[in-house]
Amino acid sequence: MSKFKKKKSGGTPAISTASLPDIVFMLLFFFMTATTMKDSDLKIENTLPKANQTAKLHKKQYVMYLYAGKPNERYRSSLGGSDRIQLADKMASTADIKNFVILERANRNSEDEKYLTASLKIDKNVKMGLVSDIKLELRKIDQLKVNYTTSQGNPVE
Amino acid sequence: MARKERGAPPEVNAGSMADIAFLLLIFFLVTTTIGVDQGINRLLPRYEPKPVVPDINERNILTVLVNKDNQLLVNEKLVDIKDLRQTAIDFIENNGNGTCSYCLGKKDPKLSDSPQDAVISLNNDGQTSYGTYIAVQNELVGAYNYLRDRECKKRYGMTFTEMDYIYNDPASKATEGLVDDLKPKVEKIQELIPMRLSEAEPKKN
Repeated sequence: MSKFKKKKSGGTPAISTASLPDIVFMLLFFFMTATTMKDSDLKIENTLPKANQTAKLHKKQYVMYLYAGKPNERYRSSLGGSDRIQLADKMASTADIKNFVILERANRNSEDEKYLTASLKIDKNVKMGLVSDIKLELRKIDQLKVNYTTSQGNPVE
Repeated sequence: MARKERGAPPEVNAGSMADIAFLLLIFFLVTTTIGVDQGINRLLPRYEPKPVVPDINERNILTVLVNKDNQLLVNEKLVDIKDLRQTAIDFIENNGNGTCSYCLGKKDPKLSDSPQDAVISLNNDGQTSYGTYIAVQNELVGAYNYLRDRECKKRYGMTFTEMDYIYNDPASKATEGLVDDLKPKVEKIQELIPMRLSEAEPKKN
């Protein structure tokens, strides 16, 4: 007669999955808060250069984005291989920048307009010729606040 | 007619809740990016069809030339980009005429008179790559930031970069008096060490 009788094993107990939704929701909320919506599908290569003297951009409502770079592999046959500008979803030429800026301004409160910054997301292999054309257009339309958007890192290795 | 006895309300099956949440999670993972929203802030000069050429003494200009092979020429000497920041710092706080009390410069007769007079002139070739341009910008802005932070820390116990960010943040308007408090400080530092970084139009080839 033993006191320590083995319990009859009734098979492995089922793992409760009741908290699974909670865990997944937690992940979901994390990603919802930590990320931003992709607002435009880039048709160009966009590897930003590195810099470390950077400042953070203010809230998104005060920023407009201008992209430039070589067209992606996929679009190279239709768009060619030279550096191009992309505004929102469309490929553009320097002449379109003016209208783009006016449109972006019109979409903001007049209150926010003076904080509006142009974020230049330009691929590091773009030639300066194009960049200065963009800057000239921005100056002509009086969009003087610019931010050369970069990734964090030391440019001098 | 007797009503049927109603039992406890039936449980809602929550088994598929996880699936729904996963679906949402995957949707957000796919459509969002982790933002890289930082960069070098610059203020472009106003556009003028006929720019006036100011009369500046040659010793007060530091010419930085970048050629199409991404090489640097600073005051007609070939300089490695690693040394650019120190070169610029030495140039700005040289204190040639001895009026600048907060400068630690060596009073080299070839370099600038005072931070107020010092101008850095950046010249690019049309074929220079943007990566190099940003590296040069970064070093020059770094030189100014270094001097401004040092001065600002000494006076107000806070780096200029932080102060400027708070000052320019639209959200700071909400705090009563914060912007008004920072305004004279920011302007004082900007007056002591003005960022005079001029860029010429690149030569078209």
